[in-house]
Amino acid sequence: MLRIPCPWCGPRPENEFRYGGQAGLIRPANPAAVSDAGWGGYLYLRANPRGRHVERWRHLHGCGRFFTCVRDTVTDRIASTHKPGEAVP
Amino acid sequence: MTQPFRTMAGGRVNRDRPVRFGFDGRSYEGYAGDTLASALLANDVHLVGRSFKYHRPRGILSAGPEEPNALVTIDRGPGRVTPNLRATGIELYDGLMARSQNRFPSLRFDLGAMAGLASPLISAGFYYKSFMWPASFWRRVYEPLIRRAAGLGKAPETADPDRYLHRYAHCDVLIVGGGPAGLAAALGASATGARVILCDEQAELGGSLLDEPGVTIDGWPAPDWVREAIATLGGSVTLLPRTTAFGWYPGNMIGLLERVTDHLPEPAGTLPRERLWQVRAERVVLATGAIERPLVFPGNDRPGVMLAGSARTYLHRYGVKVGGRIAIATDNDSAYRAATDLHAAGIDIAGIVDSRTSAGGEAVEAARSLGISIRTGLTIAGTEGRMRVHSAKLSNGTDIIPCDTILMSGGWTPTVHLFSQSRGQLVFDGESGTYLPSEGAVGACAGVFDLAACLRDGTEAGGSEPRIFAVAGMPAMAPSRTPDGTRPHRSAFVDFQNDVTTKDLAIAAAEGFVSIEHVKRYTTAGMATDQGKTSNLNALATVAALTGQGMESVGLTTFRPPYTPVTFGAFAGAARGALFAPVRLPPIAVAGAVLEDVGTWKRARCYPVANETTEAATLRECLAVRNEAGMLDASTLGKIEVAGPDAAAFLSLIYTGDFTTLAIGRCRYAVLAGEDGFIRDDGIVARLAADRFHVTTTTGGAAFVLHHMEDYLQTEFPGLRVWLTSITEQWAVIAVQGPRSADTLARFIPDIDLGSMPHMSVREGHIGDIKLRLFRVSFTGEAGFELNVPPDQAQRIWDTLNQHDVTPYGTDAMHVLRAEKGYIIVGQDTDGTVTPDDAGLAWTIAGGDFVGRRSLSLPEMTRADRKQLVGLLPTDPAMVLDEGAQIVGEGRGESLGHVTSSYFSATLGRGFALGLIAGGRARIGATLSVPMPRGDITVTVGDPVLVDKPSQRLKARPIQPVAAEPLLPPQAWLAPTCRPAASVRLTVLAPTTRLAIRAGGPAATGIGLASGVLLPTVPNRSVFARDRAALWLGPDEWLIVAPDDAADLQAEALKAAVGHPVSVVDVSHATRTFELAGSAAAWCLNAFCALDLDQAAFPVGMCTRTLLAKAPVVLWRVAGDLFHLDVARSYVPYVWDCLEQFRLELTDVVVNET
Ligand SMILES: [Zn+2]
Repeated sequence: MLRIPCPWCGPRPENEFRYGGQAGLIRPANPAAVSDAGWGGYLYLRANPRGRHVERWRHLHGCGRFFTCVRDTVTDRIASTHKPGEAVP
Repeated sequence: MTQPFRTMAGGRVNRDRPVRFGFDGRSYEGYAGDTLASALLANDVHLVGRSFKYHRPRGILSAGPEEPNALVTIDRGPGRVTPNLRATGIELYDGLMARSQNRFPSLRFDLGAMAGLASPLISAGFYYKSFMWPASFWRRVYEPLIRRAAGLGKAPETADPDRYLHRYAHCDVLIVGGGPAGLAAALGASATGARVILCDEQAELGGSLLDEPGVTIDGWPAPDWVREAIATLGGSVTLLPRTTAFGWYPGNMIGLLERVTDHLPEPAGTLPRERLWQVRAERVVLATGAIERPLVFPGNDRPGVMLAGSARTYLHRYGVKVGGRIAIATDNDSAYRAATDLHAAGIDIAGIVDSRTSAGGEAVEAARSLGISIRTGLTIAGTEGRMRVHSAKLSNGTDIIPCDTILMSGGWTPTVHLFSQSRGQLVFDGESGTYLPSEGAVGACAGVFDLAACLRDGTEAGGSEPRIFAVAGMPAMAPSRTPDGTRPHRSAFVDFQNDVTTKDLAIAAAEGFVSIEHVKRYTTAGMATDQGKTSNLNALATVAALTGQGMESVGLTTFRPPYTPVTFGAFAGAARGALFAPVRLPPIAVAGAVLEDVGTWKRARCYPVANETTEAATLRECLAVRNEAGMLDASTLGKIEVAGPDAAAFLSLIYTGDFTTLAIGRCRYAVLAGEDGFIRDDGIVARLAADRFHVTTTTGGAAFVLHHMEDYLQTEFPGLRVWLTSITEQWAVIAVQGPRSADTLARFIPDIDLGSMPHMSVREGHIGDIKLRLFRVSFTGEAGFELNVPPDQAQRIWDTLNQHDVTPYGTDAMHVLRAEKGYIIVGQDTDGTVTPDDAGLAWTIAGGDFVGRRSLSLPEMTRADRKQLVGLLPTDPAMVLDEGAQIVGEGRGESLGHVTSSYFSATLGRGFALGLIAGGRARIGATLSVPMPRGDITVTVGDPVLVDKPSQRLKARPIQPVAAEPLLPPQAWLAPTCRPAASVRLTVLAPTTRLAIRAGGPAATGIGLASGVLLPTVPNRSVFARDRAALWLGPDEWLIVAPDDAADLQAEALKAAVGHPVSVVDVSHATRTFELAGSAAAWCLNAFCALDLDQAAFPVGMCTRTLLAKAPVVLWRVAGDLFHLDVARSYVPYVWDCLEQFRLELTDVVVNET
């Protein structure tokens, strides 16, 4: 079980969290203006890196907040977590 | 003579406590403190098993967890049969019954040993080569044959009657291994004031020190030093003997298996048999020691051939002589100590064969001075003896040493399994020819074999200054060296448990396997349950020699958990039977109801009367709703209060409809799509006020919808001033449906004019004296209402209505009624690939952007041949189609779709169905076919709405107002009764006021002023003021807790007083509060809660949402030994049953029934 540092609550066991997929995907402000291919990419194309991955988690059984987490997909080590809007190094 | 191979004195067994035990039907005597292995050896029993593949007679190789041969079955009665236990780890108790395995008909005469004669046929790769074809033979012929011939013990066939528990723990330092390095580390760590846990798989802490009565540490004989060290540690360090660290998981989570009762004569009783610990350690010190390697020579697997160090263990720890005349083969100094010690015990040492060209040093000279024959530059080239070795043939080709036991030592392999599991970097040490952890290990695990150095390094690893211990009596020994992989011999065993020989490895090498991982899988070396503890390095050295590589370039295979086998029971813990998963019960209970699982809930399918079948009950219930009035317990529907100035705009983004145009007091059906355009959920959106909505979801979708809404609110639309509060358990729901529903309800509802409520409207008022949120909505096609009431009052209303001839109906009838009207059930008539238009719900789509809208205009989503929802009428009206059945056109061809819902309609007097069919709406009127095993069924495609297409029944106005009648009297809340306090006391408290606050900064301050308790800004902290408290649950979320009579805390009044946008929702009824008090309260919680509840980590006043087993709770430390847990109503029985588990462990627990 990972130990994930919630930016609000501090380190908590993984079972309190829910994974939220790749971070940094922004819903287009005007979806109607996006091409079919562009929209398909927004919906389905995701990075699958070996190593550093910037991803979203939600402290579901805790403060309920979504936040950004930098995790190494090889070692499972979490380098840092960030509140929304904070710069991710 | 009993125990002929017991020494006259010595050992750590209790000679005053003889113990009788059985092995393969014969009775033997041992002593308390023995293992099964040591007791068998004391009785001169070496033959204990047959090997996995060749059924070769096998004896006890070792004295520890590395044992590959001596696997037995322990039989403690029905359901308590455990196969494949290592005899070296089974503590003896009176009446222990053990059986050997993998033999037929008996251990001494085994027919399967014929396989040994055929061994050339079943060498490496035989599975792959022999059983290639035909494929069908594999399942019917080969596999059953192999399973019968090769194998381990048999699993028990009845349920396991024992209990297993879990425990979460946190520490600064976890020390794995209680030998010299581990104990020294514990001394070093505890001196720093750290929280320390030390575990050791043995019954007695001390490890190798227990084998060293002749060695002194600081003047104490080593075993006495152990006793003193334990006395020093006791109280400050958690000492866990009989506890194996079996797995290292991410985030320094270490799995420990504690064997609580297996060593006791009586099985568990109230104690758990095993306890699985999940320890979160800031730091792990691996003091796991080292395992001696066998030597690889022909006949090295005969009973009587064993490890030299283990012979010393049997002598010093158990007072057992492993033989009468012993030959020793070695390539290092350590075996000489076995020779010296066994000689001193009066055992005849027939000679030492040392493969080194010369041998010297303290240990060697000590043996030489005793006159023991030492022959260097030689190895053993073969052994003789069928059920027990009787001679060793030397590599000079001439000499034969008669003996009844051969001890071997091929050097020592550090036990790096856990380190490897941690994905740590193993570094090859050319000197010793072994892999060593790059960090975190101490003592033999780190390749350090000098006792004084182990002790010194241990204290340092524990976190203290290195402490020097005075060690005397231990001879200096040269370190063991790289294993010799060059095998001049024919076949010799490398992996005993899986019967892998040097010849198998040679085959693998000859066939071009280079990677050690491939060799492992091809030959199965190291893949048995012992994970190759004795074989890995020898296999590695052999492969290196065969392929001409260095050992470091061959590499070590990866170790995976568990280190030694773990029972399924331990992994399951308490989560079996009734506690396997939470069972959530709705607030209305009716005797005789037939229940079904819906998500995590139990719901009533139907309410049979007298001896009715479920089918008959459902038909009756359907007709009652269509003709009179019926009521459904719909409490399980998800409910969310959506509040804030931008609530309407937010809902219009989340659902397909436009809710900015929804009038106050009106409801609208709402479809929720994912961003991919497919239907995810549906429900009703009701506008209670300009800035406040009551939204319902499906029963199974409740948690998802809330999560989905929070996701968009927090990440995509953070500018919207909207807050969400789950009110699923705050309101029980009784759906009253049917032409007579308004008439009946009007008698009990004094302050709402039902006649003025149009279809799809909502009002707030009272039923009797009970607060009511009344919806005029329908999921049946009949005029109907949904009564939202506090759950404590729901039963009373239900029973009253029942007395007024409102017929209870269950989910079965509800399914039929809604399908007759063409209403979908998400997840039944949709499957994640259905768009609103596919389901005939394009009419819900309104104006602007919403989640999923863009996807609906993708070309694939607008094709005319998409599967669309239609009605299906079988030509034979008595026919009821199977749900899931495929539908084809005339003349068969490919599937056009499938049946999603199918029932017999009492109203229509026939079977009918809904289905998803390609281009379905264009096929209305067509005849299609449903091919079934009993023949094709023809169906006509039609409109999905079969009852009241114009919705006239739905919109019917209720009739005459009637005189008011009283409800049945309320049931009194039974105050919990408390008995005297003990180490822990569990009580369910009477309900009190609870308000869920969601607000931004200025509004939070305003709420604080208006409510009389400031909302804390520090995460997870609470603030007390007078009789009330405010708990921080999230950065914009608080819970105000107050007594039941706190009349000043009214949600709407508070909101009005603040003047900023804010959400205040009364959730008093949604939860029940458990109080857990007493010195063992935190201990009890940690059986199910993964948080660190130490006062430093979870101080008084701390509060948080978390999980207790699988139930979401709010945990609040009110005082040092006093916790409150807010548990959602439906989870109360589950949480109660979980917490009750500790009653069985703590005898002084007081549990207050409510
Ligand atoms: Zn949090």
